[in-house]
Amino acid sequence: MSAVVAEHDDHHEHDHGPAKGLLRWVITTNHKDIGTLYLLFALAMFFVGGTMAMIIRAELFEPGMQFVNPQFFNSMTTMHALVMVFGAVMPAFVGLANWMIPMMIGAPDMALPRMNNMSFWLLVAGVLLLASTLFMEGGAPAGGWTLYPPLVLQTGKALPFAIFSVHLLGISSIMGAINIIATIFNMRAPGMTLMKMPMFVWTWLITAFLLIAIMPVFAGAVTMLLTDKFFHTSFFDAAGGGDPVLYQHIFWFFGHPEVYVMILPTFGVASTIIPVFARKPLFGYSSMVYATAAIAFLSFIVWAHHMFTVGMPIAGELYFMYATMLIAIPTGVKVFNWTATMWKGAMTFETPMLFSIAFVVLFTMGGFTGLMMSVAPSDFQYHDTYFIVAHFHYTLVPASVFILMAAGYFWLPKWTGHMYDERIGQLHFWLSVVSVNILFFPQHFLGLAGMPRRIPDYAVQFADWNMISSIGGFIFGASQLLFLYIVIDTIKGGTGEKVTDEVWEDAAKHSLEWTLPSPPPYHTFTTPPTVIPTEHI
Amino acid sequence: MSESTKKKNAKLVRILVFVVLGMFGFGYALVPLYDVLCEVTGLNGKVESSAVKEVSYEVDKNREVTVEFMTALNEDTPMEFRSEAKKLKVHPGEYYTVNFYAENKTDKVMVARAIPSISPGAAAEFFKKTECFCFSEQTFKAREGRIMPVRFVVNPELPEQYKTITLAYTFFDNTETSVK
Repeated sequence: MSAVVAEHDDHHEHDHGPAKGLLRWVITTNHKDIGTLYLLFALAMFFVGGTMAMIIRAELFEPGMQFVNPQFFNSMTTMHALVMVFGAVMPAFVGLANWMIPMMIGAPDMALPRMNNMSFWLLVAGVLLLASTLFMEGGAPAGGWTLYPPLVLQTGKALPFAIFSVHLLGISSIMGAINIIATIFNMRAPGMTLMKMPMFVWTWLITAFLLIAIMPVFAGAVTMLLTDKFFHTSFFDAAGGGDPVLYQHIFWFFGHPEVYVMILPTFGVASTIIPVFARKPLFGYSSMVYATAAIAFLSFIVWAHHMFTVGMPIAGELYFMYATMLIAIPTGVKVFNWTATMWKGAMTFETPMLFSIAFVVLFTMGGFTGLMMSVAPSDFQYHDTYFIVAHFHYTLVPASVFILMAAGYFWLPKWTGHMYDERIGQLHFWLSVVSVNILFFPQHFLGLAGMPRRIPDYAVQFADWNMISSIGGFIFGASQLLFLYIVIDTIKGGTGEKVTDEVWEDAAKHSLEWTLPSPPPYHTFTTPPTVIPTEHI
Repeated sequence: MSESTKKKNAKLVRILVFVVLGMFGFGYALVPLYDVLCEVTGLNGKVESSAVKEVSYEVDKNREVTVEFMTALNEDTPMEFRSEAKKLKVHPGEYYTVNFYAENKTDKVMVARAIPSISPGAAAEFFKKTECFCFSEQTFKAREGRIMPVRFVVNPELPEQYKTITLAYTFFDNTETSVK
């Protein structure tokens, strides 16, 4: 730790504010600043990835080739996925973790503030490197976000850049995860036992362990791709005795826990918001903790359900089928608990609660289609069709993204000290929840009828539902501009209404951040809190 | 931050970095693990990559299994490659020889490698080859064409449900990558 900060520790009485000027944001080690950077960066990437999605939906609006060539279309599907996963959803949750975890556990900052700064700027470098591939000879990677060989090895000049970008993003995530684990283990206020921590902190603790276990495996897999392409190794090259299916196993050993990296913090935020607006403690706190841990454990032993069609023996298909079905049990526990939390609660329906309720309903639908696909013989029909596209978008957009929106509405008043405009928030919600279903629900029908994913053109029988899906997509995309407006408006002053420390009625009974002023001062909990809220348990 | 917290953090970070390095190694460890698993179980149609000794089985004259031969070239490997027989009806336990013809269509020396695959994968372990051009890289002189025999036997223990076995070879041009 630098001398400046050490000196600061000795002089609590006069609070050093942030450094002056733009350089503040480059050199900052303050968890609130870095959280803000992460969140704003994620929001920007959400619109970049969203623009790519709009290009995809515009091309698919009608059969035939309209706007882009097939190569670029495939780049768009690939880059849309990579940008949304590694540039938007994951950084947004890391941003929330940075802002909220120290304030929720009564810590003055993250455990490793300088590493925190580095992990953010590595993320920016990684995403810029990835974006630069769009302008390279041969175009951006177009073989799908899974980067399957041998197809991905046909990428032009972009391949090594895409791989190094994955390395940077991986290192950034790992550093973020280590920081979160160290913060939660070593920085909790006295009395904040593990089983008193808010669910958001719990889910992030488990997510961080997932990250340090899987990101190195992914880094290894892409390194093997790199050496296969440039250094004559044959990990996945059949000519040299390798096997492309091996890549799929390694990738999905990473890839399946990765989808839980995006959904577990989502569960955590939902478990934080719902009790506040139901004005009841979270139903089954400890079962929530155990269910999260169970999901995380199971996520490591089900990966080959992504590969039912590669030619596995029947024993393998059965094992991965049953193991996958098991995940429905802890997930069901969670959905039950959220519902039970709302049961007979004195509910009000402010924007964060609306997004959270929509999450519970729509995520459950995404979960059910997941269960359908876990049945190996049925999966042969669904595999690589729009059915899977509909499935994972239901678990990501009206689940992870909706919850990120909910988190934005829930904590923006705390972060800024200003109230957002509730009417525009509700308008944003209703437009989003209707259009997201117009966008993704028809994709189930398309998939069942046999429309393959990752194609720029399609048979005319798919025309009607594609057009409806695209219309939903355009409305959904445009509605998100409302969110951008609300964020900017709230930062600039919002409704002008002075928000209380609690913001939401009795929120301080649930979690420590609501005991702090709104907005919180630059340094908080330099002396640990003495009273630990337990209403959420 | 107190000194003791800093110490605790440093220790935890060391442990976690160790876990990260371990998992990076684990990713690579999956490579041999996968090969061992495939070879033990015969999954993926993986077959022995070296010749087996010719042992005599009891020939089952009452049973016939169709063995199909498929030949393919990877991407634009400049070769001609075909099998002299498209398929063969064989009795389990009896040895057969099938000739394959491969020709280098370029004016340069070419090193090529044929990769076999057997389908259905579960039948792979019952398909034994005592001689095959696929066990090593083949060097072809400019414009050279060559007849190459494959000698094989179907183990009579092959489960009843398998009536057809497909043996597929893909030739890969390894001239540039081959370590000479």
